[in-house]
Amino acid sequence: MLKNRIIPCLDVKNGRVVKGINFVDLQDAGDPVEQAKIYSDGGADEICFLDITASNENRDTIYDVVEKTSKKCFVPLTVGGGVRSVDDINKLLNCGADKVSINTAAVQNPEVVIESSKKFGSQCIVVAIDAKKNGDKWEIFTHGGRNNTNIDAIEFAKKMEDSGAGELLVTSMDRDGTQVGYDIELMSKISSKVNIPVIASGGVGNLDHLVDGIKLGNASAVLAASIFHYGKHSVKEAKEYLDLKGIPVRI
Amino acid sequence: MNVTIVDYNSGNISSVINSFKEVARDKVNIEVTSDLDKIKFSDKVVLPGQGSFKSCVNALNQINGLIDTLSEFAINNKKPLLGICVGLQMFADIGYEETETKGLGWISGKVLKIDNKNGKYKLPHIGWNQINLVKDSKIFKGIENNSHMYFVHSYEFVPEDKNVVSATTEYSSNIVCSVEKENIFGTQFHPEKSDKTGLKIIDNFINL
Repeated sequence: MLKNRIIPCLDVKNGRVVKGINFVDLQDAGDPVEQAKIYSDGGADEICFLDITASNENRDTIYDVVEKTSKKCFVPLTVGGGVRSVDDINKLLNCGADKVSINTAAVQNPEVVIESSKKFGSQCIVVAIDAKKNGDKWEIFTHGGRNNTNIDAIEFAKKMEDSGAGELLVTSMDRDGTQVGYDIELMSKISSKVNIPVIASGGVGNLDHLVDGIKLGNASAVLAASIFHYGKHSVKEAKEYLDLKGIPVRI
Repeated sequence: MNVTIVDYNSGNISSVINSFKEVARDKVNIEVTSDLDKIKFSDKVVLPGQGSFKSCVNALNQINGLIDTLSEFAINNKKPLLGICVGLQMFADIGYEETETKGLGWISGKVLKIDNKNGKYKLPHIGWNQINLVKDSKIFKGIENNSHMYFVHSYEFVPEDKNVVSATTEYSSNIVCSVEKENIFGTQFHPEKSDKTGLKIIDNFINL
């Protein structure tokens, strides 16, 4: 039986781990390579690095982090943030990333998704959708949540599936950093619209939120940052809790 | 001993390289090459593969003499070869991803799209699934039944002779996830991404 995945996410800036509250007020929480190793040894099903300010800054440090991590962690490694071109994707994959998540570029130039999934295979192309509720719909935000595109998130999700994305990483911008739980309605709407796996992200504050993301949001995988890397919960605790709630996990 | 990972522009193979180097340490030399002589004279060969069946077969064909060299290695000389993911799928006679494409024909069978039961199951089949060991395979020495392995694929290898199947996994149907035919081994899952149990499989292959 296929297991639901738990994916700790490390927000990385200049080669160091940080976690933002709604993408501002950053705090330093350590070395990404060591953190990733702790997570994979603790049973993380995948590791995600998000180079959060990469759209604006020199991002060569992330290549070094990915290269070092991939030599120590033997679970899938997803890297996103500031990925603009097929060249960027190629470079990250060559450094040892298994999947690359594309956000702003997928919105501005969907060709990147079409071309990269053809070139490298859908299995390594994740489209990251940052969405915010506006009335009774959700709209896509880009540039780390700063720009509203007014694009409907659900329709965009379908379009990305058709363009060759292998997975969707869906983040609620309303919930990110708030610790009040995933936007379940958004997750379940997108999950029922597409036939590719959805990774829920944004807003996890406790272990029940992970359960809700899978049971109510129909996510295949749940991503969380701060509940893990400030030591509030271990990945192992999270898995045991999901198991207790009847969710299939790898233990 | 030399183990060669065939580098034929089949997509991202850095994780395969990292995992084999991690397991090999200083005991075994890991080569990453498409050099025909190096392949010919190595002790074992690893055939990775990412992307589509068609793109991988095309990539093999792009390198003059590569398919003949691999066939000589695995079929004539019966030296150990491990195919991973599309590397395994290419053992088949034919694949249907993108378009009908002829495979290596080393193990009779077809590569078909996984039946998603009218959208009830998501594709690709991504994530950790348990493997059901159906026969003793040398690469599963020390691997417990129902161990978790990391999968990412939308197509499955359906061999004609079920005796080659060494493990299956349960998704929308029972999917063949490992084969062994004499000296030819293949895994649909990614041992290089399957943590310690995956590394153990790589270790078993290196130590055959």
